[in-house]
Amino acid sequence: MQSTESVFKDIRKDFPILERKVRDNKPLVYLDNASTTQKPNQVIDSITDYYQNHNANIHRAVYALAEEATEAYEATRDKIANFVNIQNRQEIIFVRGTTEAINLVAYAWGRPHIKEGDIVVTTEYEHHSNIVPWQLVTQEKGAKLEYIGMDDNGELILDDLDKILATGKVKLVTFSLMSNVLGTITDAEKIIEKCKAAGVLTLIDGAQAVPHMKVNLEKLDCDFFAFSGHKMLGPTGIGVLWVKKQVLETMSPFHGGGDMIREVHKYETTWNDLPYKFEAGTPNIADVVGLGAAIDYLTKIGMDNIRQHEIELTKYAIEKLSHVRGLHIYGTKDISKRGGVISFNFADVHPHDVAQIIDEEGIAVRSGHHCAQVLMERLNVAATSRASFYIYNTREEIDVLVNSLNIVAKVFKL
Amino acid sequence: MSSNADIYHEIIVDYSRNPINYGKIEDHDVTFHDSNPLCGDSIDIDLKINDEKVTDIKFHGKGCAICMACSSVLTEITKGKSLDDVRKIEKNDVLSELGLEHLQAVRIKCALLSLKVLKSALYTYLGKHLENSQDMDKLKDEAANLY
Repeated sequence: MQSTESVFKDIRKDFPILERKVRDNKPLVYLDNASTTQKPNQVIDSITDYYQNHNANIHRAVYALAEEATEAYEATRDKIANFVNIQNRQEIIFVRGTTEAINLVAYAWGRPHIKEGDIVVTTEYEHHSNIVPWQLVTQEKGAKLEYIGMDDNGELILDDLDKILATGKVKLVTFSLMSNVLGTITDAEKIIEKCKAAGVLTLIDGAQAVPHMKVNLEKLDCDFFAFSGHKMLGPTGIGVLWVKKQVLETMSPFHGGGDMIREVHKYETTWNDLPYKFEAGTPNIADVVGLGAAIDYLTKIGMDNIRQHEIELTKYAIEKLSHVRGLHIYGTKDISKRGGVISFNFADVHPHDVAQIIDEEGIAVRSGHHCAQVLMERLNVAATSRASFYIYNTREEIDVLVNSLNIVAKVFKL
Repeated sequence: MSSNADIYHEIIVDYSRNPINYGKIEDHDVTFHDSNPLCGDSIDIDLKINDEKVTDIKFHGKGCAICMACSSVLTEITKGKSLDDVRKIEKNDVLSELGLEHLQAVRIKCALLSLKVLKSALYTYLGKHLENSQDMDKLKDEAANLY
């Protein structure tokens, strides 16, 4: 087996927070990467450098600092284009995160295009951010929201999609490329192929996928794609929406204000060119610069290496956890179909209680519904515990997690 | 210094495994449901009220050990009390029973969800049975200041 150990050996040194001790002087074992990731010095330093040396507003003034700030901001747009293979940089819009990106589409594309009786299709394993915006717009328009179901293995039932597409009323199919709870990797190519045959647009929530595997948007050829910076070593409050140009041209503006206009008169306004029409107001410049540094960092490691590292960790974790008596892991056991996210329940112990007890050992896992209550309902559970991995996690940390479950077993007399 | 995991002493674990007054009252006089939006804990409380007294109380729902133990203790405290006395139950009455006075902020909502549901049930009942609007306003103030 080809190991990526040498690539990842020194990575932890770049993350000062991983040196921290928590609770009773326990080394931090950070396993909540599906929520947000830690930041390397390279990202933190890029933001400090921006504020210390280049800070100015962009796209307007002619002085030196403004030019540097604009260059740094626009450089990240090019890095993104390169990172996920987008040919036209005008199709890349900076937003606060995936949630804002999907809301932007629901508002600026959905409201003008979705009519009474139309159908929007989402899936049973979506994050609330890919359900609620569509509930809002379909309710407003008298349209319907329908779901692609999930089988017991945690994979989508694509026959459901065929049935819904056959109605001829579907306007959009929206789905995540990787489930934030089960780690299931969606067969996006098949969904997009079916949708294209039916003349239906597709939106992909890439928040969980982009940080962990090579994503090629030109090859995928969906219509909308969204992801967040903070789940891929970047700062919070910055994300990306990509929209295919011919679709973007049919969209109304999202926010009105400065920077998104060409000419403003008392009673009418003409819009700026793409993508600026959708970037009203002074944007989050420093964090765009930080996201650029995160992309540089990930590119240097290589996305294929990252995927391989996580496959090895996940395989190891599933193997170790499946020996813990009373522990149930959700989702597919087929590693090729899942990312580094493991949701589990431990006997009858509530996930909050699991999380609190192992927190004393320095372990950070998420417990709760993970903003996926529709999925919790489908799994017939109130909540799960979730461990999710990233580039800096190690096998030793998984051992700490597995050992800590013995303490839970002891407390709850399992 | 005690650690946060010390809250999981025997009584809490026992209560969570074997909750007291768990279930439904089919012919309840008032029922109320609430949930904790952050963690998904969800509790229903049914009350049977006779002569201004809570003669029976049952709860059901899904929650962590802290939530279930506190719900059990709360129903034990409440049963048999007059409505005026139920109105006076405070958060420390519940927490102190289980030694949870110093529960960290993130878990306090787990511990007090059932108290919130009980108070809401009580106010719902009183609201329906109050005769003058002045009392109703007082009740609204009281409800608003619960947390």
